[in-house]
Amino acid sequence: MAASLVELLDVSRSFGGTRALSRVGFAVRPGEVHCLAGENGCGKSTLIKIIAGVLSPDSGQIVLDGIAHARLTPAASQAAGIRIIYQDLSLFPNLTVAENICFHRHAGHAGRLVNARAARREAGAVMDRLGVSLPLDKTVGELPIASRQLVAICRTLATDARLVVMDEPTASLTHKEADALLASIRTLRAQGIATVLVSHRLDDMMRIGDRITVLRDGANAGSFAMAGMSRAHLAELITGQSPTAAIKARPAGGVPPVLEVRGLSRGGEYADISLAVRPGEILGLTGRLGSGRTELALTLFGMNRPDAGDILLDGRPVALDSCRAAIREGIGYVSEDRLSLGLVMPQSIAENAIVTVLDRLCGWFGLIEPRRRAATVAHWIGRLQLRTTTAERPVMELSGGNQQRVVLAKWLATRPRVLILDSPTVGIDVGARAGLYRIMDELAAEGLAILLISDEVEEVRQQAHRVLVMIGGRIKGEFAPAGVTDDQLREAVNA
Amino acid sequence: MPSDDKGTPGARRDPATTLLAGLILGAFVIFGAASPGRMFAGDTWRAMAFQLPELGLLTLAMMIPLVSGGLNLAIIATANLCGLVMAAILTRLIGPASPGLAVAGIVVLAMLAGLGTALLVGLLNGAMVSLMRVHPILVTLGTMILVNGISVAASHGGVISGFPPAILFLGNGTVLGVPVSLLFFGLFAGAVGLLLARTPLGVGVRLVGSNEPATRFSGVDTSRVLIMVYLASGVLSWVAALVMIGRFNSARAGYADSYLLITILAAVLGGVDPFGGFGRVRNVVLSLLLLQVISTGFNLLGLSPRLTEAIWGATMVGALLIARIRLVRAERRERHALP
Amino acid sequence: MRERLATLGRRHEGRLALLVLVCAGFFAAAAPGFRSPGNLMNLLESHAVLGILAAGLLVVLIAGGIDISCAAIAAVSQYVVALCLIRWGGNWGLALLLAVGFGSALGVVNAVLVHTLRAPPVIVTIATMTFYSSMLLFCTGGATLDELPDWFTLKLSILTVPLPVLIAGAALGMTAFMLHRLSLGRQIFALGGNPEAARRMGCNIAGLQCFVYGFSGAMAGLAGLVQAYRVEEAAPGAMAGRELDVLAAVVLGGASLTGGRGTVSGTVLGIVLLAMLRNGLTLMGVSSYAFGWVTGVVLLLSMAAASASQWRLRNGGRHAL
Repeated sequence: MAASLVELLDVSRSFGGTRALSRVGFAVRPGEVHCLAGENGCGKSTLIKIIAGVLSPDSGQIVLDGIAHARLTPAASQAAGIRIIYQDLSLFPNLTVAENICFHRHAGHAGRLVNARAARREAGAVMDRLGVSLPLDKTVGELPIASRQLVAICRTLATDARLVVMDEPTASLTHKEADALLASIRTLRAQGIATVLVSHRLDDMMRIGDRITVLRDGANAGSFAMAGMSRAHLAELITGQSPTAAIKARPAGGVPPVLEVRGLSRGGEYADISLAVRPGEILGLTGRLGSGRTELALTLFGMNRPDAGDILLDGRPVALDSCRAAIREGIGYVSEDRLSLGLVMPQSIAENAIVTVLDRLCGWFGLIEPRRRAATVAHWIGRLQLRTTTAERPVMELSGGNQQRVVLAKWLATRPRVLILDSPTVGIDVGARAGLYRIMDELAAEGLAILLISDEVEEVRQQAHRVLVMIGGRIKGEFAPAGVTDDQLREAVNA
Repeated sequence: MPSDDKGTPGARRDPATTLLAGLILGAFVIFGAASPGRMFAGDTWRAMAFQLPELGLLTLAMMIPLVSGGLNLAIIATANLCGLVMAAILTRLIGPASPGLAVAGIVVLAMLAGLGTALLVGLLNGAMVSLMRVHPILVTLGTMILVNGISVAASHGGVISGFPPAILFLGNGTVLGVPVSLLFFGLFAGAVGLLLARTPLGVGVRLVGSNEPATRFSGVDTSRVLIMVYLASGVLSWVAALVMIGRFNSARAGYADSYLLITILAAVLGGVDPFGGFGRVRNVVLSLLLLQVISTGFNLLGLSPRLTEAIWGATMVGALLIARIRLVRAERRERHALP
Repeated sequence: MRERLATLGRRHEGRLALLVLVCAGFFAAAAPGFRSPGNLMNLLESHAVLGILAAGLLVVLIAGGIDISCAAIAAVSQYVVALCLIRWGGNWGLALLLAVGFGSALGVVNAVLVHTLRAPPVIVTIATMTFYSSMLLFCTGGATLDELPDWFTLKLSILTVPLPVLIAGAALGMTAFMLHRLSLGRQIFALGGNPEAARRMGCNIAGLQCFVYGFSGAMAGLAGLVQAYRVEEAAPGAMAGRELDVLAAVVLGGASLTGGRGTVSGTVLGIVLLAMLRNGLTLMGVSSYAFGWVTGVVLLLSMAAASASQWRLRNGGRHAL
């Protein structure tokens, strides 16, 4: 067995009262593609930061090239050939592709003369090694996300990398783009460079990985060779639960839909979309990124205008020319980007919870009545079981699950008829997810119509009464969860 | 952001308020001891009471854009232009023999013209910030240069003076011993305080200051909020102009230029977050009082106004340092706290 | 929608260059005496100080910061250098060394404050501006130094190009070289483009900030020296208000307040435009009182135009499915 490139032995790390990693062992062999899987909050990013030398473990050792260390520094990690590609890629949007790839020539060498020609040559050579072709003189900010991913990988190759850690590289890519990325990882492997692929996309990991380590709640749930690993087993290891066979009972038929969409089109994003959601129904919408799901959701929320088609609420055509109009009509939208669009992080739970209904809290002279405000806030904290001692804490102090409850609170306060949930459980750990699913079921039982958009097929199949598959901007199929397996659904999505 | 009670609307207990009140008391004690007999003299109180309102109104004019995440560099230029517009109308249309009713009418006309000017500038600022998405510093820099330019061009750099008693009363008059201008300030401070803490618009201003896109996604009309912010800032500049022309009996293009830093200082000292989202009028008023007491104390000690200004610069740095230390300490507390 | 930063920058500069040409053409025809070489050289000479200040401010803006105190630093260092020269004599080499050294020291103070306080640079530098200029007025009592040594005030020129223009040219040229031909310059652009990424890629953030603010201070010191040379005296209030003109010119030239963008050529065009406008209007008999609002209008229109093209980019054509 080959000696490990880098190995973590019995590593633990806590933050305040939370145990992020407990006695974790993790080894990467030279030249292998080692996948790191687990739900959000399982400790993946802490592990990566310890390897990068950005964080130090509370206990345990890191073995680098056979030498044991109590902790690494960023310099030591880089010197050992470890390169991290963060999820935000850390590229410079205002510099060209060549300059980004060859940035190592500048960092730490203030007085050096710029040799643009040599840099372009070097960048070209790196791109050849990876087998990609990118416009050298365009600024990175002009490139689409998939090309930027490739620039980031090229950058790691420009210096002697022995291990490249990629944090969720395929998260924002379409199917084809993800394929290209995985191909480049294969090229890295062919050149003897190891890759640690952190992802929650089981398909991608199973296609490319040599070995896979699963983290769950800060502990290593096992490291396995990918060959012979089944998807079901992996999913079970990750979530710690056996797959649920429970299928939703459909709500009583014959009730007219509250939201109906006919032939909705928006050039370049989606075309000819028709769907209907009844009160008490959870309609699942799944599809890869780039399939037009979020753009459709934004249209239903009034954030953009369709080119053609109708939106009907209770059979009545409505023109949603702004999100305020949508809210007035009873539509709420839980954004997929909770951190920057879903909540105002530095502000308190209370302020975030009432922002949608400010006018309803006013009394004399248009002033907000403190008692009404407090009552509203308290009501929703109780109803959604939000665990907090005071409502005046900033929401950024809350856990992901609790934050999402605040988001739900602010939308439920508007007494919506339709609630659009766009990837609502991203970044939320297993336990909190179960809580959110319970709330979803309760809301549906109370008669709310829910449009659940998610790219996690399991989630959609488990929660929804019906599932629509969206590909390339069009609805390509409708499924009943009882009559289809996760794999079949996934195939339909990736068709 | 640390989880101290920074922006709870209408909360009773606030550590910053207590701190500022304590500092004011301390300042009185120190300067009272340094200049015995003069610090608490009636003249001193009068001077402070008359100086505070114009700075206070301008500070309010700076505070609202700060809370919204921006800055208004043009508040003083706007105030001066309003002053000149009103002065021009007052001096051109009122003659020595004008009947009382006509004078009253022209005074009202002048005030409306001044208000209109301020609203125009505010609208320009607000539109460029919200609709054209230009950085507030750049926009208000441009309007400051423009407005100053108009003031200078129209007045040829000169002074317009000689206003009717009604106007002078606003700047120098008293009601039951309290200066009218101070009453004005109190009124507007109360109004702005209520606005920020207890109205939907105020909540919108604070949320926009922390995160504009997220606030927009929550159904708040952020363009309207930002335009109202700069309109309000303009109105407050106009009121400041009223008080200034009343007090100085004249209007000029370059008055109160040195006030710009002090308004920002008073706001930041008063707990307004320079990055936006948080700020309380009550604390800003207290910090204004503190600065007024210190400034008067320095004056009585014979300190050169230049030195006082330099001290304000250093104090601003100090205030930012204190804010930073509190932030670091709170973050450290958070890391060791239980989730 | 993709953000075409580079094209946007180039387009802005292209438009600016066109505007400069149009104005030049207009004034050449309509303003008597505009075209004369004497007038043009005069124009350059009187805006040399602005050019030097702009070189420094441009670098700070590209790094993502701002320096409102540059004029105050110029005033302080001008006075101190003048004092030294009057009391102890010296030569041009010494004068330049002192000016640049003192200016950069004050600039580094800005850097340290911005870095440790983590406060918005605009507010920090307004504070230091107030401190520096008020302290200067307090310590000097407003007194002007007008007994500058003769060797200093001797009017020099090479091939009829006066010294201020030569120094400004050198400063701007050096800045352009540093920004585009040195790794340091690329790191500054990187810092402005993505500060977090710059940190991760191993750039010394504190060091870079010290450099950019120090550089701005150094340019300010140089500008103050040239100003003293031009008017043959060092007055404590001489540079008051200049920081806004500089900021206006640099912003006109395409530098962004958020960092990562800007060129020396754009800045030069911005200064040239403003200079031409004022000069042309003066020659046409327009009162100098008009400069203020004309500058304001030009600035606001430029911002509106920049935002309009960004808007067009954001909402550009969508492709059919």
